[in-house]
Amino acid sequence: MNHRRLLLLLPLAGFLALAVFLYQGLSLNPFHRESALMAREFPEFDLATLKAPERRVDRELLTGGELTLVNVWGEWCPECKREMPQLLDLAERHGIRLVGISWKDTREKALGFLEEFGDPFEVNIFDPDNELAFELGVYGAPETFLVDGDGVIRYHHTGYIAPNDMTETILPEVEKWR
Amino acid sequence: MALMRGPLILITTLALLLMAGLAQAAAIEVRDFDDPVLETRYHDITASLRCPTCQNQAINDSDAPVAGDMRDRVYRLLMDGRADIEIRNHMVERFGDYVLYNPRLEGRTFLLWGLPVALGLLGLVLVGLLVRARRNASNRELSAEERARLDALTNRERTE
Repeated sequence: MNHRRLLLLLPLAGFLALAVFLYQGLSLNPFHRESALMAREFPEFDLATLKAPERRVDRELLTGGELTLVNVWGEWCPECKREMPQLLDLAERHGIRLVGISWKDTREKALGFLEEFGDPFEVNIFDPDNELAFELGVYGAPETFLVDGDGVIRYHHTGYIAPNDMTETILPEVEKWR
Repeated sequence: MALMRGPLILITTLALLLMAGLAQAAAIEVRDFDDPVLETRYHDITASLRCPTCQNQAINDSDAPVAGDMRDRVYRLLMDGRADIEIRNHMVERFGDYVLYNPRLEGRTFLLWGLPVALGLLGLVLVGLLVRARRNASNRELSAEERARLDALTNRERTE
């Protein structure tokens, strides 16, 4: 008889398990999600650079054997400004190669941005019409992709790289794939 | 003066709301289709893809820049003669499963689709078991001992 009583508690136990599971979901950040391009090849592109409109770059920029951080930014994006000290630190102190994608900007504004906030980028791909960024599934700036020496995307950081993100995620990921 | 203010505020508010509505409508472009079938497909696809930056809006309902770019892409792919499934896959390849309002049935979404079905079946099985247990309980004959006790309780003398 006692056993049968316990069986009656089964639905309650099930309900509690479901409640705990769903409750955890409430604290998840809905903006956090994995890039669809993880472990896939960096997409093909053919675009001009920001500083030299006559110079065109393509995917070979990222397949030269060197690990690269590709950062999508825009002059109109306030978070990109806050991120610049961290990017400068990555390039200057940690010797990491940075390539920028100047996204949905005019040349004038983008160049002004680099003058004001510093330029950690080896080169900037000029993408005013969202051609390359669309292929990367970019939906907001800043976004940062870690691309290994063979041009494969290894890590994706959505949003601003805060000072604590440097030691917690960016640098460990760089070490992992270098 | 104080009497005037009430209606004035109301009218201003209504005018602002109307303007906001117009601005919203203006942000989403109107496209011309020669073929009504293509138009229907365009509306179906853009209604079934979720805007990646908005919390819960389809791309046909959002004035976010990325939603506009996605509508452009849907339109171009439709004009190129691509199938609906190809267009949806095109978006998932770039923006992830997140953009699908109707998640696909695959290994990772097995729990999502399977759990309601499994719980429903479990419920049916439980109800079935309970009904059977009840029926057996009421049909069972009393043992000699139980019968004696029942007789004692009801003060009945057995004649046979």
